Amino acid sequence: MAAFNLLKIALRNLLRYRRRTLFTSSLIIIGVVFVLVFVAVTGSIKGLLIGQITDSMLGHIQIHKKGYVASIDNLPLTVMMGPKAVETVENVIKTIPGIEAYSPRIKFGGLFSNYRETTNIRLNGVIPEKELDTVPLLPGRIIAGKWDLAKGNVLIPELLAKGMDVNAGDSIVIIATNKDGSVNGKQFTVSGILESVTGPGGRDGYIHIDDAAEILRMEEVEISEIALRLRDIEMMPGVHDALTEALSEERNKAGKPMFEVHTWEKLSPFYNIARMIDIMTFFIKIMLIAMVLISIMNVMIMAVYERMREIGTISAIGTMPGRILSMFVLEGLSIGVLGALAGNILGCAIIYILNLSHITFNFGRQTGLVLAPRVQGEDLLIITVIVLAVSAVASLQPAFKASRMEPIEALRHV
Amino acid sequence: MELISAKNLYKEYKLGEVSQRALDDLNFKIEPASFLSFVGPSGSGKTTLLNLIGCLDVPSGGSLTVAGADVLKLDRKERAAFRGRHMGFIFQDFNLIPVLTVYENIEYPLILVQNVPSEERRRRVLSLLESVGMMAHKGKYPDQISGGQKQRVAIARALVTAPELVLADEPTANLDSKTAYMIIDLMKAMKEKSGTAFIFSTHDQKIVGAADIIYSLEDGKIVGRKEMKKHGSI
Repeated sequence: MAAFNLLKIALRNLLRYRRRTLFTSSLIIIGVVFVLVFVAVTGSIKGLLIGQITDSMLGHIQIHKKGYVASIDNLPLTVMMGPKAVETVENVIKTIPGIEAYSPRIKFGGLFSNYRETTNIRLNGVIPEKELDTVPLLPGRIIAGKWDLAKGNVLIPELLAKGMDVNAGDSIVIIATNKDGSVNGKQFTVSGILESVTGPGGRDGYIHIDDAAEILRMEEVEISEIALRLRDIEMMPGVHDALTEALSEERNKAGKPMFEVHTWEKLSPFYNIARMIDIMTFFIKIMLIAMVLISIMNVMIMAVYERMREIGTISAIGTMPGRILSMFVLEGLSIGVLGALAGNILGCAIIYILNLSHITFNFGRQTGLVLAPRVQGEDLLIITVIVLAVSAVASLQPAFKASRMEPIEALRHV
Repeated sequence: MELISAKNLYKEYKLGEVSQRALDDLNFKIEPASFLSFVGPSGSGKTTLLNLIGCLDVPSGGSLTVAGADVLKLDRKERAAFRGRHMGFIFQDFNLIPVLTVYENIEYPLILVQNVPSEERRRRVLSLLESVGMMAHKGKYPDQISGGQKQRVAIARALVTAPELVLADEPTANLDSKTAYMIIDLMKAMKEKSGTAFIFSTHDQKIVGAADIIYSLEDGKIVGRKEMKKHGSI
């Protein structure tokens, strides 16, 4: 009952100084709306960009033989997974929930010739169906020709096609050196041209895995990496840990771990951009905290100063200091609740309108990506908790001052 | 047993290096259910003495016992709790809480000071509203009623906790003469009804006559004590 009455007094005091309450809550509302919209929009952009990276190229997680990633730029053919190792990995994959698809790849560097000129190319030998299941946006990157990775076909990156003046349907030759140092070549037909995407491998070409094994003269197929697609990217940390734990039991003859597991974040420099977005969001939240702190502290200091005689009166008639403190903290907290509530509602409304507006943007060569800002319940909760906690903290100093005031001094205040 | 007992009581204020005695060597006893007034010119120490009796301030020396408690031994929190249990206050400027209605202002000490159950609260508040003649205004806010009505509400608020003592510092100073007499009459009537001691300070000679006992103060000292043998209204 006492708490209810303290709240009643706090709310009525807020109504008593309507204009000031409105001004202070407006500042908080603006802050909350700004943070919410920023988090939703940048989250959408980040999600779309991450989706482009993972769903058209990297996959969510990759498994390599231990030591491969350290020399990944060289596409080493000496750090590969043999059939037994691949079988081991496949067996582990089947036991871990959340993995939707996987694609084994042979990655190697070679020479690309159009019979007139020769240049370097990075190639991925893949099983087309498995690759499609793992990186479903890959066919979407084809700007000429079609998605056809039948044996004898190659998908080549756009920059290479332009530089070498090669079009879909043209015949080219790929030459590569295998791990024993012998050179081999094979003629291919360009079935499609891929536009680039940010990150390493953005200039990669694709061939059938059997063609890759043939060029590299593999007696038995050895795999450079196994890319995984998860049902939900949010499951990535859990699946990564489970895979790491399960595969850590596999040891080579020297007793060292055979495999290494990496998420896309460890493999793509784009992760740093995503991190920058997170850091910006963090600083925006700090700004919100400062905004709430200054607004509430300012208004509560004024409230204590203006109501000095009132504080003296309630103190004189026996109100304990703790209750006086609660009264002012509740007042500050109520402004915070009002600001957080109205800010959340307004923020969600703006995000809804943004979704209806179908705003598009470009990323690299990807055009017309539709902005779909989304606010998570978790974001609303975090922002609300920040505002409420900061409101309470900001009210504490003035409230403490009010509760420590000597009634006789307060009553004398004019 | 006396309600208040003061022995060699004094209060000093420091003004830089110099000490100034606002009250000097006071000795008096006040019985329960008294209707007593401290009178004297401005600066005579009336308010200081009421503040000491009301545990709003601490004596510099001597002894002061109020309702059986040695007030010099009470710390800040204990003084607050003591005031809430044993005392009511009436202020010159009424000091009602502006965001609470007449009813809620009277109810306030019962909720936030004494934690009285709701039924009992309601009974006490309504009874006092009736006694001070404010029942018709119970839903109004302080800024919707006159000064005299505000002081009636303040009297009800002071009495609602059934204290042994009500202290009123210049309770009629901001009222016209007619209203001032009515307020003093009401205080006296309430004292008769509740048995609560009322101690008030005033410099208005016409009001002074209403008190049963009058202490005269001058330069921080008691210079006279007079017992009046009057009954009824002034």
